[in-house]
Amino acid sequence: MIVASPKPVTELKKLIARHDKVLFVGCGTCVTVCLAGGEREVGIASYAMRMARKIEGQPLELTQITIERQCENEFIKDLAEPASKTDAIVSFGCGAGVQAIAERFPHKPVYAALNTQFLGILEEQAVWTEKCLGCGDCMLAEFGGICPVTRCAKRMLNGPCGGSTEQRCEVDADRPCAWQLIYTRLKNINQLDRLDTIVPPKDWRPSWHAGARKIVRPEHRV
Amino acid sequence: MIESGQWEPKIIAFCCNYCAYAAADLAGSKRMQYPASVRIIHSPCTGKIEMEHILEAFEKGIDGILVAGCLEGGCHFLEGNLRARKRTDRIREILDQIGVGGERLKMVNLSAAMAPTFVERVREIVEAVRALGPNPLKKSVGAP
Repeated sequence: MIVASPKPVTELKKLIARHDKVLFVGCGTCVTVCLAGGEREVGIASYAMRMARKIEGQPLELTQITIERQCENEFIKDLAEPASKTDAIVSFGCGAGVQAIAERFPHKPVYAALNTQFLGILEEQAVWTEKCLGCGDCMLAEFGGICPVTRCAKRMLNGPCGGSTEQRCEVDADRPCAWQLIYTRLKNINQLDRLDTIVPPKDWRPSWHAGARKIVRPEHRV
Repeated sequence: MIESGQWEPKIIAFCCNYCAYAAADLAGSKRMQYPASVRIIHSPCTGKIEMEHILEAFEKGIDGILVAGCLEGGCHFLEGNLRARKRTDRIREILDQIGVGGERLKMVNLSAAMAPTFVERVREIVEAVRALGPNPLKKSVGAP
């Protein structure tokens, strides 16, 4: 899941300062689950923005809508009608959602209400952790299903650094040492022999370093 | 609310069924006096009071809100009051950031037997809000 966090109310207020009719768009997928940009969060932000603007004597005409997924045109088309009546759109989706809406409405300002953070999972109520960088060349099989590229602060591929202390990361003691997790996991699944193989430097070419990536799957094209 | 020419803050007290509401009831039975501008909303638990309920009341022009829940550790639903505390803290931040003022929202913990404490807390918030003046949204354009 894509994990995002809301921008501060003051920042959101600045983003829309020049507009009087604004459409707030929530997204019903990842950001709803991570409690950042679903119907509810859009509602709370709307209360805050309406009040802030009323106090400033510049009332805001605000419309709220939450669509199933902001990253798909099929759902974005539901915004055509409400968007036509507003000066600007504020997307409570991830960065992909914001850009998808901006592409769909080329003459309408579109702003991001969230800071998109990472690909992660829910650890416990309201706690999310990063699990995947989206590097484009998954090596999880070699590490027992635990990604050192994402979860080791130094991206070590051949065992822990010297700073791993009592199973915690030296960069942030709040974080478990990824290599400790990998060792324990490989031991549990009787694959410790994998550690005998030297992992060559990672091939970063499939990653984002050369700009935005594109995937075409001919077998599914129509 | 204007009584005898003087502005009186309009306050909502969200009261938990298991403690504050009973305390308010007891205060009434004991004929204890507290400002009449306080309106009590009976809630099954402070944990059931959503952030939207509080924000909407402020948007509609309420001057102050008191969230009254059970003593910590004494929630009938175990931790509803602890959740309410976190939510009210967050709303207070938002109210400060948008210019309404976080001091207009207060949360208190008391038991069903603490009628004098309830009365005291109500008086405190009325005084605090009176010092702050009316909800700024009332003065602005399009206020209800």
